[in-house]
Amino acid sequence: MTVRLTTAAAAFALLLGGNWALAADKPTDPQIAHIAYTAGVIDVEAAKLAIATSKNKTVVEFAESMVRDHESVNKQALDLVKKLNVTPEDNDTSKALSQAAESKRSELAKLTGADFDKAYVENEAAYHKQVNGALETLLIPSAQNAELKSLLETGLKLFQGHQQHAEHVATELR
Amino acid sequence: MNAAANPLRPAFLALLLGTATIVVPAQAETIEVTIDRLVYAPAEIEAKVGDEIEWINKDALVHTATMKGGTEVLVPAKKSGRLLMREPGSFDYICRYHPNMEGHITVRP
Repeated sequence: MTVRLTTAAAAFALLLGGNWALAADKPTDPQIAHIAYTAGVIDVEAAKLAIATSKNKTVVEFAESMVRDHESVNKQALDLVKKLNVTPEDNDTSKALSQAAESKRSELAKLTGADFDKAYVENEAAYHKQVNGALETLLIPSAQNAELKSLLETGLKLFQGHQQHAEHVATELR
Repeated sequence: MNAAANPLRPAFLALLLGTATIVVPAQAETIEVTIDRLVYAPAEIEAKVGDEIEWINKDALVHTATMKGGTEVLVPAKKSGRLLMREPGSFDYICRYHPNMEGHITVRP
């Protein structure tokens, strides 16, 4: 129970910008695969909400690039776990991420127009920053399989790009 | 451009002219930049006016080569994109979708 609480707390700490490396237990490769995949799905869902809601061309284009990139990386992740014969394993961190994302999504769903655009893009910058922190301090160092580690490293470079892109769009909206 | 788009045409012309030699403009070169795992390689290149840059994208992601000032080449996933360098200068470029990808082109007259 302590372990489960620690993981859930770490996931929330991640979402709140805390340091994930403080987590006592290191995730296994099947758990890492699940966490990374979940993080991608969350961003695709947020982007689909933005595409349906926003009237701002720059915001919609940004959201479309999030759908495109995260779906592409998640496809690569699925291909890899299949090749490695690994079954992604649901875990408390993935669950906590999904829960936090759901509450963020319902918060965003109440907004419209410029308020929505600003909140979505700022959340995108913050979300990618937090996922990048988790990749750097916990997921990449914990990964055992070299191919999984390499995919996570490419993912980190990609998500750092997304963070910069989101920050750039946020500046334009100001 | 037409000749390049239709590979049969130069061969057809060669037949008409009774020669197998196809004359290609002499100096202009194509300089290749590979995009792999969100990195332009080489990141710094030199070209002459009239040369073309070809970005070859090995990623399953859409990238661009976007110059400061607006010129942009779209480089679709697993495909390539080209740009003819028409004027001399020093150009920084980035990927619009992943601005942490950076490259530089120096174009000599």
